[in-house]
Amino acid sequence: MWEYTDKVREHFLNPRNVGEIENADAIGEVGSLACGDALKLYLKIDADDRIVDAKFQTFGCASAIASSSALTEMLKGKTIAEAEKITNKDIAEFLGGLPQQKMHCSVMGQEALEVAIKNWRGEAVDQHEHEGELVCKCFGVTDELILHTIRENNLTTVEEVTNFTKAGGGCGDCIPAIQVLLDQALGKVAACEVPEAKPKALTNVQRMQLVVKTLEEEIRPSLQKDGGDIELVDIDGHTVKVALRGMCTSCPSSQLTLKGFVETTLREYVEPEISVVEVNS
Amino acid sequence: MRTVYLDNNATTQIDPAVLEAMMPFLTEFYGNPSSMHRFGGQVGKYLVEARERVAASIGARPEEILFTACGTESDNTAIWSALNSQQDKRHIITTRVEHPAVLNLVQHLEKRGYEATYLGVDSKGQLDLDELREAIRKDTALVSIMYANNETGVVFPMEEIAAIVKERGVQLHTDAVQVVGKLPIDVSRLPVDFLALSGHKLHAPKGIGALYVRKGTPFRPFMRGGHQERGRRAGTENAASIVALGKACELATVNMAEERTRVKALRDRLEAGLLAAVPDSIVNGDVENRLPNTSSIAFKYVEGEAILLLMDGHGICASSGSACTSGSLEPSHVLRAMGVPFTYAHGSIRFSLSRFNTDADVDLVLKEVPPIINRLREISPFREGLEPKGEKLACGCK
Ligand code: FES
Repeated sequence: MWEYTDKVREHFLNPRNVGEIENADAIGEVGSLACGDALKLYLKIDADDRIVDAKFQTFGCASAIASSSALTEMLKGKTIAEAEKITNKDIAEFLGGLPQQKMHCSVMGQEALEVAIKNWRGEAVDQHEHEGELVCKCFGVTDELILHTIRENNLTTVEEVTNFTKAGGGCGDCIPAIQVLLDQALGKVAACEVPEAKPKALTNVQRMQLVVKTLEEEIRPSLQKDGGDIELVDIDGHTVKVALRGMCTSCPSSQLTLKGFVETTLREYVEPEISVVEVNS
Repeated sequence: MRTVYLDNNATTQIDPAVLEAMMPFLTEFYGNPSSMHRFGGQVGKYLVEARERVAASIGARPEEILFTACGTESDNTAIWSALNSQQDKRHIITTRVEHPAVLNLVQHLEKRGYEATYLGVDSKGQLDLDELREAIRKDTALVSIMYANNETGVVFPMEEIAAIVKERGVQLHTDAVQVVGKLPIDVSRLPVDFLALSGHKLHAPKGIGALYVRKGTPFRPFMRGGHQERGRRAGTENAASIVALGKACELATVNMAEERTRVKALRDRLEAGLLAAVPDSIVNGDVENRLPNTSSIAFKYVEGEAILLLMDGHGICASSGSACTSGSLEPSHVLRAMGVPFTYAHGSIRFSLSRFNTDADVDLVLKEVPPIINRLREISPFREGLEPKGEKLACGCK
């Protein structure tokens, strides 16, 4: 039997905010019966973008029910902008922690929230699926969710990825693909990767634009979350010169951030040849 | 809070008479039976007696019984022996619903160059014997098929299986861990070569098992070292537990009639009561050919671990057929192999009784479990009329 915290038990035994909201302003539905857990999140949002009510229906284990209950408690009274910042870590923390093997329940909560917000904004959400390529067929998990979860939770092993996303927990066919994603995220180039047909080389201008866009949209927001930042100093061929700012300057693992996160992300979004160097400026 | 223990296929309570029999070997008779002195040597005669009791309970001869540490060791020993004594044969036949003690070993052997055929089961959890017939090849070293399934209680037709396998001269192993003590077994008439049993499933302690090896079957030891068990299984004998197993086997023979009448009646009442009280619930597996103590019930639209935890709150112990509690994430391989729909599979609960259960136990389950299922269904986004249209995801786990 799992070791659950008192708070998990309490939210499982007496879940808050169970049910549907009629005429909800946002609905986020993730998971499926096949996968063994599913969550339907309902939000009522007022004119000031504030969540005035949140309810849920969950099919799943004790931690799935507790995570959903916790999420709805956390959401009530928050603006959408505040709600958007809630991560799976926050949900797990609210509950005083979840067993490693159950972290996917908190990820499901975060996912449902993301889907609900998209739904509220009128953005298209593929039913129950994120954009990105399907990596795990057994549990319908995409590369996007896996990469996102790896980064958000600093995961380093396939087992952790399975605990957090369920990917790899069924037939196991997707385990090599998960390993490739992990290597990518950790900045290692997978040894067994088959070189793809080379896409047409970018022009200098294209490369520069893409680097700037990726830095702004993908990299800076994550660093800023931890109180750091990054500045683009120059681009010389495939070498991207940057300066770290804020918390990142004093961070002992700044090199890891640079290679493991910044460089990998740029390689992924821009060109595989990119290398990142830190310069003083 | 009173504990209502309905997880006897996982492990059983030690019978007080068994405990009494083994106690002296944990206290005053602590000598090593291999010692030259009388103090140790005197233990040996109790081991002889225990071996006779175990043998008698399955119709074997004492020299055909090998004491091991558990059912898993017995299964592993049988499989390794069959492969090592016929090194030119590289093929194994087993089923998709075996216990991990067999399944994981066979999968491991596949990685080491052996070929395996996994026989499927139908929706009742039964084998297709023609499939078995066709699967046997010239290079088949062993057929390993469980006698009864630990999750559903479904009993395989072992006589017919043995007839098919022996006609082709292939070695046959059966994991009978769930059957010994519940249904009569007579290896003098059932031509299996190996049969595994485990003490803690029949009211002996954990950590003791036995393997029946038919006289004349070539044998290669799994554990090597000293010459205990006539060189077939090295390691100082677990004397107290061996004595306990002997006593438990003797008692099992005596109590089998009760197992097949009173315990079965309790099980049937529990099952019928739950099915009547909880709409959208079914029994998994072949109800005609089933262990008398086991009932695997699937409750649609709810998830097993949540049910287990709420039952635990009322002191009711059972087991879940969704593997959520065991660290894996999918419904059990047994239910999947049977093609139990996901709507049911995740909410499957195994109730397994023993002769220590009473009417009061069943009453408590019938009182507490239906509201638990209702409560979880109220939280669930799925229910009658709100079923997802088709499986939403391309699930590889079909
Ligand atoms: S495809 Fe991912 S576990 Fe089966």
